Amino acid sequence: MSLRRRPRWAWLGWGVAVGVPLVFLAVFFAWPVVALVVQGFFADDGGGGRTLDLSGFAEVLSEPRTWRVVGQTLAQASAGTVLSVLLGLPGAYLLYRCRFPGRTFLRGLVTVPFVLPTVVVGVAFRNLFTPSGPLGWLGWEESFAGIVVALVFFNYSVVVRTVGGLWERLDPRAEQAARALGATPWRAFRTVTLPALGPAVASAASVVFLFCSTAFGVVLVLGGMRYGTIETEIWIRTTQFLDLRAAAVLSVLQLVVVVAALLVSARLRTRRERALQLTGERSGAHPLDLRSVRDALPAAVTAVVVGGLVVLPLAGLVLRSFRGPDGAWSLANYAALGTTGGRNALTVTVWEATANSLRIAAVATLIAVVVGGLVVLVVSRRPRSHGLRRAVGGLDAVFMLPLGVSAVTVGFGFLLTLDRPLGLDVDLRTSGLLVPIAQAVVAIPLVVRTMLPVLRAIDPRLREAAAVLGAPPGRVLASVDLALGARSLGLAVGFAFAVSLGEFGATSFLARPDAATLPVVIYRLVGQPGAENYGMALAASVVLAVLTATVMMVAERMRGDSGGGEF
Amino acid sequence: MTIRTRRTLAALAVVGLVPALAACSGDDAPGEAGSTPVPAESSTGGELSGTVTLVTHDSFALSDGLLESFEEGSGLEVEHVAAGDAGALVNQLVLTQDSPLGDVVYGVDNTFASRAVEAGVFEPYTPADLDPSVGTPVEEGLEGLTPIDRGDVCLNVDTAWFEEEGIEPPSTFEDLTQETYADLTVVTNPATSSPGFAFLLATISAFGEDGWQDYWAELADNGLRVTDGWSDAYYVDFSGAGEGGERPVVLSYATSPAFTVTEDGSATTTAALLDTCFRQVEYAGVLAGTDNPAGARALVDFLASEQVQADIPASMYMYPADESVELPAEWEEFAPLAEDPYEVSAQEIAEHRDEWIQQWTATVIG
Repeated sequence: MSLRRRPRWAWLGWGVAVGVPLVFLAVFFAWPVVALVVQGFFADDGGGGRTLDLSGFAEVLSEPRTWRVVGQTLAQASAGTVLSVLLGLPGAYLLYRCRFPGRTFLRGLVTVPFVLPTVVVGVAFRNLFTPSGPLGWLGWEESFAGIVVALVFFNYSVVVRTVGGLWERLDPRAEQAARALGATPWRAFRTVTLPALGPAVASAASVVFLFCSTAFGVVLVLGGMRYGTIETEIWIRTTQFLDLRAAAVLSVLQLVVVVAALLVSARLRTRRERALQLTGERSGAHPLDLRSVRDALPAAVTAVVVGGLVVLPLAGLVLRSFRGPDGAWSLANYAALGTTGGRNALTVTVWEATANSLRIAAVATLIAVVVGGLVVLVVSRRPRSHGLRRAVGGLDAVFMLPLGVSAVTVGFGFLLTLDRPLGLDVDLRTSGLLVPIAQAVVAIPLVVRTMLPVLRAIDPRLREAAAVLGAPPGRVLASVDLALGARSLGLAVGFAFAVSLGEFGATSFLARPDAATLPVVIYRLVGQPGAENYGMALAASVVLAVLTATVMMVAERMRGDSGGGEF
Repeated sequence: MTIRTRRTLAALAVVGLVPALAACSGDDAPGEAGSTPVPAESSTGGELSGTVTLVTHDSFALSDGLLESFEEGSGLEVEHVAAGDAGALVNQLVLTQDSPLGDVVYGVDNTFASRAVEAGVFEPYTPADLDPSVGTPVEEGLEGLTPIDRGDVCLNVDTAWFEEEGIEPPSTFEDLTQETYADLTVVTNPATSSPGFAFLLATISAFGEDGWQDYWAELADNGLRVTDGWSDAYYVDFSGAGEGGERPVVLSYATSPAFTVTEDGSATTTAALLDTCFRQVEYAGVLAGTDNPAGARALVDFLASEQVQADIPASMYMYPADESVELPAEWEEFAPLAEDPYEVSAQEIAEHRDEWIQQWTATVIG
């Protein structure tokens, strides 16, 4: 019996590991999107039937506006991504390679923007950029720069956490060896550390690019129609004009952009990706030493970024939340969270909505971690056969798509396909179950992206060694993959939870007001007249922010350090 | 075909049965027997039962206990689904008409209704005891829908600001293009905001189908600011909201001044310009393909009933469709409706909506 021949049940296991995520993605993402796009390409022929009509392509593609919108999307997403990575790298170093008091708090704080509802963030940034605001002198009101800065605000933590997660486990001895051989710190970083971080950087960059290219609310609020992107165009054509024909063409364009971005990122990743020397977490970090340039520079950059980009916009929001309708300091807004708002603005109290959010997020996280974990398990393998390797790469890319496809396309697609999913007699569209499922679809890519770099960095020889020592495949999986993967699990759970807490896209179309989540009630409060409702919306946003930061901090502590020796 | 048959059978089996839902039952004589599949004779005896799903836009709310009292009185269970803003709501209804999202819709307004009516989304139904002498008239082409509430979208001014500056506040559309009022106005984008579109309609009605573009070009030249939604315009840019905004003229509602009343209740710090208003009417309707038509009708009856009508000002900030309902005192004083609001027919809106918004975008945004 050769080692390479696997028992039949192992193949069955891999089959399940591939099949479950694929079916999930097909039902809750691919099918709805395809159904809506197809609807756009099949025109009503007047006789009750439908015929294929692709004339929309020629029409939409010949409009100059379309190309302006595509260019705008690419420019915005590229600028947002590059800036997030450049600013995020020093942040990752500081928060994951250095030890200092308040580090855990800071790690929690930087994640807050990631989940804040765009209505609130839009208002916070507009208040900064108005001529009389604290940053009014920059002249960024209704500008490209203003939008990009807001995109970085949202996505900074994605880079910090994804890159930091790998960085903190990187064995420092390689860099130390380079230094001992006479390399300057910069040269050692550039030639040893940076290449090792490559996969995580590419991972983070691709996620950020997709988030930026599908940003909706913040682009509209900060830029108006002048800075329309493919996403805002799809949104307006679908929800306001019901011009499904044009929306379908734009969705295809969006898909082309997204797939191109994923291909570039995959290429960057595979060129860099290789087994790394990973270490137990604690040995990687050193006490922060502000006297050395190596620590002081990242610390200074991060202080500016966190201060200007995270604290400043948030501070305005927090301060305002402590002012009553008459402008005096008060806790009235927080006291009101136990009510349904001025003149009955809500159907549930904000605390009830908080409970709903937590409950839904727990379910969504569970789904995302199970499905995402299976994907990671499969995708982290490097099969010997060329065809299989390609298939694995394809699977990886496919699960990224939900981040790059318009939430409105998915949401309206749900309407067409989920009235009787798989022939079951449940109208899933109006059932509360759809909410955590839709959130999980968006959270899965983040679970994959945070766990994958760590699992892929496992030296395959470790598995081979375990097998040689007589461990059956299941045991190899448990003692190598799961043991090491569990360490990134905390991070993945935190991200999934955060995504779910802040999600306000596809599910907002079919909200169940009796099970409204925090972003939904915030959105509703901001949309109602009455100063007390506005103040309450801000207080609710602060609650959401605190909740997110706490969840992230707890998730950090959840990591399975116990299993870790050095590898 | 099969759906229709099944529905008719179900209707025959259950309908009519509405035991007098005290104040609000209209089923003892379902109107328009010709257009509904349920013969009037069937309405005898029996009970309403099952679930009715009410699909609305985001802003639907009733006071606590009101829907519950309806459920108790009728034996129906009401499920509420909120489907996004008014535009998203209508588009979802059109998209799902082969497999409707629910049984009753509320929140389709006169600027969007034609699209849904033309698509055949509704099962025509009018509550029998709707008193036309006190109710808001149903617009031509929208028969079969039931008006539930109405409101005016108008420019609002920060009267305190103008007093302080010693400037007379503007009162007409034309005023806003004058030098005196340069850089003072903020409105919302008609492509993304339904009050924004209502305001565009008011200017189309005022300046004619060929004149409004020039008016907007002048407005834009005079330092007009456009935001994508109401909350952004009102809370960030409008000086009268007390949030540090800098513009004293904002697009909002006729009812908004009732929310800026001073603490002693004697005055309000903002005012609506009643010569700049567009009237919005929001309708409820039975969705074609409902599997509980009797329950759906009972729910529409309920929305048009006096109980709900009296609750609408407090819970939805709109004027009830029933003009005989008493209004909150501060509304009578500070938030009157326009006497002669601008109008554009639902038919015309449906025909030109996209074209107008595109022209507006080209004129104002460029």
